[in-house]
Amino acid sequence: MSQPLPEPTRESLSEPVFRADNLAKSFGAVVALSDVSLRLGRGEVLGLIGDNGAGKSTLVKILCGFHKPDAGTISLQGEEVSLRSVEHARSLGIDIVYQDLALVNELSVFHNMFLNREPVRWRLLQNRQMRRLARQHLESLGITTISDVGVEVAKLSGGQRQAIAVARAVYSDAKVLLLDEPLAAMGAKEGALILDLIQDLRATGDVSMIVIAHNYAQILEVCDRINVLQHGRITLDKPVAETSIEELTDLMVTEYRNARRELGA
Amino acid sequence: MATETRSSTPVGKRPAGVATTPAWRRFARGFLYRREASVLLVLLGLAVYFRFTSPVFLDRANLVNIAQATAPGAIVAVGIVLLLVSGEIDLSVGMVFALAPFLMHYAADFYGVPPIPAILLSLVISALIGLGNGLIVCLLKVPSFVATLGTFYVLQGVVLTTSNAYPAEIPPSMEGRIRSWLGAGDWAELAWCLLIVAVFHVVLTRMRWGIYTVSVGGNLLGATESGIRVNRIKIGNFMIASVLGASAGIMEAFRVHTIDPNLGGGTGVTFTAISAAVIGGTALAGGSGTIIGALLGAAVLAVLQNGFNLIGISANPFFLILGTAILISMIANQYLARLRRAGGT
Repeated sequence: MSQPLPEPTRESLSEPVFRADNLAKSFGAVVALSDVSLRLGRGEVLGLIGDNGAGKSTLVKILCGFHKPDAGTISLQGEEVSLRSVEHARSLGIDIVYQDLALVNELSVFHNMFLNREPVRWRLLQNRQMRRLARQHLESLGITTISDVGVEVAKLSGGQRQAIAVARAVYSDAKVLLLDEPLAAMGAKEGALILDLIQDLRATGDVSMIVIAHNYAQILEVCDRINVLQHGRITLDKPVAETSIEELTDLMVTEYRNARRELGA
Repeated sequence: MATETRSSTPVGKRPAGVATTPAWRRFARGFLYRREASVLLVLLGLAVYFRFTSPVFLDRANLVNIAQATAPGAIVAVGIVLLLVSGEIDLSVGMVFALAPFLMHYAADFYGVPPIPAILLSLVISALIGLGNGLIVCLLKVPSFVATLGTFYVLQGVVLTTSNAYPAEIPPSMEGRIRSWLGAGDWAELAWCLLIVAVFHVVLTRMRWGIYTVSVGGNLLGATESGIRVNRIKIGNFMIASVLGASAGIMEAFRVHTIDPNLGGGTGVTFTAISAAVIGGTALAGGSGTIIGALLGAAVLAVLQNGFNLIGISANPFFLILGTAILISMIANQYLARLRRAGGT
């Protein structure tokens, strides 16, 4: 965590691996997203921050294929794609690690890692193979706090669970990884585990990530660029080097001030 | 599954102290951590007790009695375990148990269907009843407790109306070999029961269907998000439960040699099966359960009832003991689960 991040190169930004243009989505009369465009460079970590109700969840659900946008397009490696479902998005290499974690407490770590893509032979689960692959994969990602992949997920801490969820997505060859509130409800030590993991993944250069958070101070140091989502629009798009916690706080607090003024009026 | 992973060698570092414990003690600990262990101990304890209080307990004839009392409940319990693990329940299965022999009888005696097709037809219709239950629960979002309570009474109405509440005879074409292979033979029911238990134990612990069933009951949202077709799993388990209920009912009809609208005692067999599952260590909350445990649970219930008869205690306090056993096993389950969570790694 101590190493300074290399500057993202010009090329990586000029040729986004994933982009969204003019996305809009309403639920009945409620406009969740009015006009959102974003781009994600190859190997880049984009921090997407915004307050509760800014439209983050809606945006994430569109990007991962869960919702269809009312308008706008999504492109992957320069080609426009129409995401039919979460599974379809996943097959294209866009994967999401949910805030509520799609892990099953009652299953072992390795069964969770392979959930819905278990290797089978004569219809029997290849537990030994899964065990071995899971252990290798966790080691390759530097996740060392889980010594026994046969243990039930229920016995793990929040950070370990999140790490497994991330590892699972990476294992499925995700090219674009959406991390929805990866630090939610986590202590400093647990959070550090995840930030380390994000940084390690970033170093491999294989995965491009969008980290969604409402607490931007925590994720700032692992991001290359920050987008702020407010009222269904991107109101700020800057490299981390060109912004600061102060600027972001200002932006967020202004919103609160405006909201209070409206209430008062 | 917890039990399965624990039975194999743990990976990674082991605390220094463990390596020095003798093998038998490690084995004993591993055994006690298995959910089925406590039920097996209770079963053996009861067997020893009744062996010493009644000289005929271990006689062949009595063992046949116990086997025949265990099998139907255990077969129904297999389906109940699958449903409980996936977070649902089926109260109607006891009435499918009574209806299936009638369906077979109607097909064979009124429509001239040959024996085996008549039995298969009855199982197919039972599968459709399970499908109906599953669709009502998964698509119409009616909680399974209520949905299958409704189905229970509907089926009871069907049984009583179509049979005029009179028993029927086993179709003549099925007398002889079919009847004895499919239930009337001394060990026939138990043999089928053990086969079914073995198959579904493998399904639950070693196949995709099993871990998806656990996933659906343990984390429905998570399972959905992982791309598991959760409704397919749940509906499938409703169908399995119904077919198993029907199979057990047909076998039981063959054994008692009559097709009785009161076969299984209405709610009786459903509740026996749920009790067996619960005593065997299956949680009602979903996400965990064991089929072998359910078999042992059914055996405990059968041995209890049988032993009471033998030593001449009235059957009336049986329910007192059954109820207490369920309560104690559930309380012990909670306690053991906490123990396992604390000391399993």
